[in-house]
Amino acid sequence: MRYYLDFEKPVADLENKIEELKHLARGKDVDITSEIKKLEKKALTLRADIFSKLTPWQKTLLSRHSERPHTSDYIKLIMEDFIELHGDRKFSDDSAIIGGFARFQGMPVAVIGHEKGRSTKERIERNFGQANPEGYRKALRIMKLAERFGKPIITLIDTPGAYPGIGAEERGQSEAIANNLFEMFRLSTPIISVVIGEGGSGGALALSIGDRLLMMEHSVYSVISPEGCAAILWKKDNAELGQKEYETASEALKITAQDLYELGINDEIITEPLGGAHNDHQETAKMLKKALETHIAELTETPLDSLLKKRYNKFRGIGALQEQAAY
Amino acid sequence: MAWFKKEKSTIPKKVKVPEGLWVKCNSCKEIIYRKELDKNLKVCPKCNYHFRISAKERISLLADEGSFNEIGENLASSDPLNFKDQIPYKQRLSESFSKTNIREAAIAGNTLIGGNPVMLVVLDFAFMGGSMGSVVGEKFAIAAEMAGEKEIPLLSVASSGGARMQEGIVSLMQMAKTSAAISKFKEKSAPYISILADPTFGGVSASFAMLGDIIFAEPKSLIGFAGARVIEQTIKQQLPENFQTAEFLLEHGMIDMIVNRKDLRQTIIRLLFLTTHVKSA
Ligand SMILES: [Zn+2]
Repeated sequence: MRYYLDFEKPVADLENKIEELKHLARGKDVDITSEIKKLEKKALTLRADIFSKLTPWQKTLLSRHSERPHTSDYIKLIMEDFIELHGDRKFSDDSAIIGGFARFQGMPVAVIGHEKGRSTKERIERNFGQANPEGYRKALRIMKLAERFGKPIITLIDTPGAYPGIGAEERGQSEAIANNLFEMFRLSTPIISVVIGEGGSGGALALSIGDRLLMMEHSVYSVISPEGCAAILWKKDNAELGQKEYETASEALKITAQDLYELGINDEIITEPLGGAHNDHQETAKMLKKALETHIAELTETPLDSLLKKRYNKFRGIGALQEQAAY
Repeated sequence: MAWFKKEKSTIPKKVKVPEGLWVKCNSCKEIIYRKELDKNLKVCPKCNYHFRISAKERISLLADEGSFNEIGENLASSDPLNFKDQIPYKQRLSESFSKTNIREAAIAGNTLIGGNPVMLVVLDFAFMGGSMGSVVGEKFAIAAEMAGEKEIPLLSVASSGGARMQEGIVSLMQMAKTSAAISKFKEKSAPYISILADPTFGGVSASFAMLGDIIFAEPKSLIGFAGARVIEQTIKQQLPENFQTAEFLLEHGMIDMIVNRKDLRQTIIRLLFLTTHVKSA
């Protein structure tokens, strides 16, 4: 059974009807081929229609869809010979982030990303992709190796945010994130970051300082979750809030790949197959691969000192300012 | 001594006390005479609780008298998201200005501290919870760049709930911007001293505040990444007694020193000498 989101229901109903028809017609002397063709065409149009006007909240739900390709899926689909590295050499190994070296189009690269896990068991083991300080420190350790070995870095972003826990605070969650931001401005090797699903605040940013920021068509990236924002706006607990409030909050926050592109935050939006990445991992991975190829080629041709200058200027220039306050 | 103080702070019955003449300590709940509190740098004389102070008060506490020159004082946010909650963000900004008489949650400038030239950035919690949006990020970055160019120390005092939600992703990117500026500044040999005041959280603690070469905190300040309520809801456990206090951070190796407000200026001056002075002939 496929898992459908609420807003996909009209398509789901139609697709189920088609399946039923096919089942009924099996072994019987009736020809319903043209009927089915008609319905299939209708389903496709319906899906295209729904997906052409997704709200930011619907996109948020899509970005979190458990069947979406995750970091480990992309590594399998677009890279070869992945060797995973473990541990921050200080405290432990955080499985909410995976990383290591692999071949991309034959070229060795470092690849690091949040991993949410898919089965319930794996999701718990991976803490739903919410890293502790040791996760960010492991990521930095691998990135520094990449710099030394002269390999480009690809990071894949997919996290609700950094983990809010006692141990995380004891071991310096703030320091770990801050230090990644600081160090990534100094890493003398190309860095490409891709938001593949959910870009949750500081926990996402800690892997996203780079020369390019790409976002999948149905990914989001935000300073606070729509739920968190809604709780602040309406000063209520999440138990009392619902879809309506989340729609308003996600709209106001401007979190979709398309909104962020207009704000000049991401460099490219990577198209997903109709119906979203979860419908076709192969095809999605192909699109990501193509985008990565282009950007890596550009970046590896750029001299490192000018790369670092551009990286600095890119982030130094982000801000919505006016010289003279109106108040 | 105790009986005397108690008598002094007892409000005589049937005498109307003018509003604001007395203050209740947030920590020990003692009623303190406001003038006494002000004289004591807004530190509770009973329990050493450090009340929050404004950026202007902080500057006059740290800077040599008359030496502070503000930079970017008119900078304002252009409201990138056209954000509106109960009230439009633009209105919230101008209301915060009316309330605090400062235009943004940070004041930055060059100054002298004990005769040492320093770039200083101070956050003000009274202005939208000291939250970091474009202006706070920009002021910090300008200060860090100027400090780098002149090769003089950079000093910041944080007091903030974190990133400014009303600027969405642009506020998140200020974490990156301030960290970038520090990264460039640290190519020089001048120190970056970060002072954490109550409270320092979220996007501010996870960027410039925790990147100090040397980090001080005021006693009992609350400092952390996630808010205590969020953590409690996530782990469904009671939090330890001194969780996320300056003392907790010191114990876990996250800061260098807890400094009383009355000693802050002198400690900074000593540190500036030790970290910047060239060997004398
Ligand atoms: Zn007290």
